[in-house]
Amino acid sequence: MSILLSEVTKVYQLGGERVNALAGITLSISPGEFTAIMGPSGSGKSTLMNILGCLDRPTTGSYMLDGQEVATLNDDQLAITRNKKIGFVFQSFNLLPRMSTLQNVALPMVYAGVEKKERLARAEQVLAMVGLESRMNHQPNELSGGQRQRVAIARALVNDPTIIMADEPTGNLDTKSGDEVMNIFSELNSQGRTIILVTHEPDIAEYAGRVVYVRDGLIERDEWKVR
Amino acid sequence: MFSESISIALAGLKANKLRAMLTMLGIIIGVGAVIAMVSIGMGVKDKVATSIAGLGSNLLVVTPGASNAGGSRQAAGSSITLNEKDALAITQEIAGINLVAPAVTRSYQVVFGNQNWTTSIQGTTPDIQGIRDYNIEEGSFFTNQDVETRARVAVLGKTVAENLFNGGTPIGQTIRINNAPFRVVGVLEAKGESAGGNQDDTVIIPLKTAQERLMGITYIQNINVQATGTDVIYQVQDDITTLLRARHKLTATTPDDFTVRNMVAIMAAADETTSMITSLLAVVAGLSLLVGGIGIMNIMLVSVTERTREIGIRKALGARYQNILLQFLIEAIVISVTGGVLGIALGIGASYGISSIAGWKTVISSLAIVAAFAFSVFIGLFFGIYPARKAALLDPIEALRYE
Ligand SMILES: Nc1ncnc2c1ncn2[C@@H]1O[C@H](COP(=O)(O)OP(=O)(O)OP(=O)(O)O)[C@@H](O)[C@H]1O
Ligand SMILES: [Mg+2]
Repeated sequence: MSILLSEVTKVYQLGGERVNALAGITLSISPGEFTAIMGPSGSGKSTLMNILGCLDRPTTGSYMLDGQEVATLNDDQLAITRNKKIGFVFQSFNLLPRMSTLQNVALPMVYAGVEKKERLARAEQVLAMVGLESRMNHQPNELSGGQRQRVAIARALVNDPTIIMADEPTGNLDTKSGDEVMNIFSELNSQGRTIILVTHEPDIAEYAGRVVYVRDGLIERDEWKVR
Repeated sequence: MFSESISIALAGLKANKLRAMLTMLGIIIGVGAVIAMVSIGMGVKDKVATSIAGLGSNLLVVTPGASNAGGSRQAAGSSITLNEKDALAITQEIAGINLVAPAVTRSYQVVFGNQNWTTSIQGTTPDIQGIRDYNIEEGSFFTNQDVETRARVAVLGKTVAENLFNGGTPIGQTIRINNAPFRVVGVLEAKGESAGGNQDDTVIIPLKTAQERLMGITYIQNINVQATGTDVIYQVQDDITTLLRARHKLTATTPDDFTVRNMVAIMAAADETTSMITSLLAVVAGLSLLVGGIGIMNIMLVSVTERTREIGIRKALGARYQNILLQFLIEAIVISVTGGVLGIALGIGASYGISSIAGWKTVISSLAIVAAFAFSVFIGLFFGIYPARKAALLDPIEALRYE
């Protein structure tokens, strides 16, 4: 599942003012890579992640995901892509309140058309993978931040996507919980999944094999680590 | 996918039970009001129709005295402008007539043994049977011969028979009307209420007996005419007017000194009025249903705004346009359909309540039930679709960013 961005721009129209959130990004990510995106605040990291995660479309340029031009997909096709190919983890968890952990994890399978019994069985299994099977009947507000993020990761994994994207997944967590979360990502990467995450913390970026530095909507540097 | 949308929608409603119930109340009251109002309207219509029909079919009634502009008679029955010859002339000279029965009526005390009862005594001819649809339950009606011989015979209405004889058989007994003895020859079948009041509270005796032996009058108080059909009744009405004007030697500028009332026309007018009342009630109640619908839309819009972030999350996880659309549309329809079902129960209950407490006749119309229910489903769809579309069209990024 390869990712290929070429000359991607994103322009926001704020009143009369145009904001060039992305000014022309060309980036290629191969299957199985673990990539961290870093850069100062407002440099366009989240904008880039949203485009990569098919939550948003580029203003100009091309995004080939798995050989498919994303710009030509309609809203429903984008939704299907998000559902099946990509797991997204947010900084603020974005779990649905008033729903149990298990139901939250099972939610993407509702939209994938998986049957209820199978859904719950699979959700339980994935929760066990992040070590939270004992919390499956709790509501999100009864969990710690680190636990919530692990639930969110379980939810991202549940449809077995090949790409996991995370926008500052450890931004709201202490160092210990952050390390737990990063260990899960490493584990997922070793299973062959592509991981792309945005972070401000060099310690977190250490987990990645490649770091892309963004500034003012452009790629400033692109470093591979030799392990 | 549909069953999933239903369970998601139900969960959404459960999260805000009180709000959902209050919104539902608008629909419950609307549907209930439509059904109750239509039931009352139909009840009035039905009652008016049966009471007019109870007077007899294709009936024309000629009474002395002019009618005023409003159609009601002045000094009804008090003038003496009609006599038996007028009735005879109508019988002989006008086409399209089945039966003619001149009549006089006055209230007297009727006595049998130690029982007494005050009722209206009608003096008329046997033709009244056919005109008023009187059926004999026991004995027989008096004959034209009885009229000519001024026989002292009487036919009792059911109410009178029950009150004087307490279940005993009246046939062959002698009762006293204003102290004069009368032999009972027949009892009528019960007819119930009509526009003129209780039709069974009456005693019928031969016309001439009443005029000469009881009341001491030579004029008659009304002429009951049965036309051969509704198609000729208006013509018969005109012909009677022309005939009586000629007989009474009225000049072109003198108003009629009699009134011909056409029961078909009165029935049609009453029917029109009651139909109008029914539709008016239904429309007013329908408006409350519309207000209930606006309540649904209002709450759904609030709900969509409140749950923008939830919608963003669902979309980010792969919910498509239809998933979100159905989720909110089903919420609206669940509110309106549940409200509709409860409203039907309320409407039927209210109809029974009104008829037992206020004593009004109500007719529960299955058409009104079906229509009110269909309308409530439609309202759920109509007022739910805009908020649901608004939710389904939200941009995932913007929705996720919503605070
Ligand atoms: N919806 C929007 N409308 C207008 N401007 C926007 C919008 N989203 C982002 N921007 C602008 O685009 C630029 C890039 O924003 P972005 O959120 O991608 O930054 P970021 O690198 O993720 O920052 P941070 O590290 O603080 O999260 C910023 O200048 C921001 O103001
Ligand atoms: Mg950001």
